[in-house]
Amino acid sequence: MYAFDYQRPAGLDEALAALRAGEDVKVLAGGQTLLPTLKQRLAQPSALVDLAAIPELSRIEHGPYFLTIGAMARHAEVAASPMVAEAIPALAELAGLIGDPAVRNRGTIGGSIANNDPTADYPAACLALGATVVTSTRRIAAEDFFTGLFETALAEDEVILAVEFPVGARAAYRKFRNPASRYAMAGVFVAARDGEVRVAVTGAGQGGVFRWNDAEAALSADFSPAALDGLTLDPSDVMADLHGSAEYRAQLVKVMAKRAVAAIAS
Amino acid sequence: MTQIAMTVNGRAVSADVEPRTLLVQFLRENLLLTGTHVGCDTSQCGACVVHLDGAAVKSCTMLAVQADGHAVTTIEGIADGATLHPMQEAFREHHGLQCGFCTPGMIMTALDLVAHHGADLDEPTIRAHLDGNLCRCTGYHNIVKAVEAGAKSMGSALKHAAE
Repeated sequence: MYAFDYQRPAGLDEALAALRAGEDVKVLAGGQTLLPTLKQRLAQPSALVDLAAIPELSRIEHGPYFLTIGAMARHAEVAASPMVAEAIPALAELAGLIGDPAVRNRGTIGGSIANNDPTADYPAACLALGATVVTSTRRIAAEDFFTGLFETALAEDEVILAVEFPVGARAAYRKFRNPASRYAMAGVFVAARDGEVRVAVTGAGQGGVFRWNDAEAALSADFSPAALDGLTLDPSDVMADLHGSAEYRAQLVKVMAKRAVAAIAS
Repeated sequence: MTQIAMTVNGRAVSADVEPRTLLVQFLRENLLLTGTHVGCDTSQCGACVVHLDGAAVKSCTMLAVQADGHAVTTIEGIADGATLHPMQEAFREHHGLQCGFCTPGMIMTALDLVAHHGADLDEPTIRAHLDGNLCRCTGYHNIVKAVEAGAKSMGSALKHAAE
């Protein structure tokens, strides 16, 4: 690792001031991606601002219309939260599928979506459930938040405070994970509400997480796994690497989507 | 350099460290607690698992400064003097190790498992929870048996204490 300064402010204002105080100051959330990145010397921040001492960022709240998860809520907390299990069980299940137990004890939802790894799990939930990302300056719809591979709409000095998920959809997440990295080779989050169906796919898109429009149209007409039989993602839009070809991943996406639909329909 | 202070195995420690010092480096090199191992150094293998405020974490993927003000428990902190912790004893009894490199991380993860899922554990639960701990010797079979037995013996020790 290159050397850097470290601060752990106790309040948001102090954190924002620290972020603006220098060049290349970065936010540290759970550190489960940032620290490996620093260890490989793939990043050289001048300072890290650790958000772990700001208690309000870890809150989980369940209102009549929204489940709000603080940016610093750890994956293990979301997975074990009775509030999340009651409001959006598929989200608790997703959180329990991230990484391994020790990684889940550190990793956070804010860190995951700010990093926007194309194989991360949370972005699919945000997109399918129509979440809103609440930041230090504004509210950003998930559709506008994820802008490309490891790219988001966040400004350099903007901090995610929470993610707001509308409750009330029937939802399921199915993931085919890479056994070594535990990231998704294909992850599909399906959410159905008032006849509207959203299908968000992670782990497969060349541009990161995306909505599979053809599947949404097919499922809106007939919400059953069989409705997806005739559909295939165009492999030219799908990632290929040593773990799997584009055609293989496209097939995995379809299988995961059918399993998610079957889980909701049953 | 940054001044840090934390509790390690019940003992208050403080030091000046560079912010880029990993928690595992701090434990091994500053405190000479070399029971916590560095295997892959990429948060895959789990040899470096310690507890931070009771929760299992990979100490190779955490900075020492992040543990400032917190309580850390390592493999050195679980035995009662010369008496092994029931989970350590179960690993010995059930031959849950061969070379022993992964064992500290396995045991710290197993204790996290008992803390969260109780003492009565089935094999699928144990295997799922050991997801982030790799062993290249045993084939896991005896590790799983050891965790199951260690958890049971922790459970009965608790029952005795309550009676």
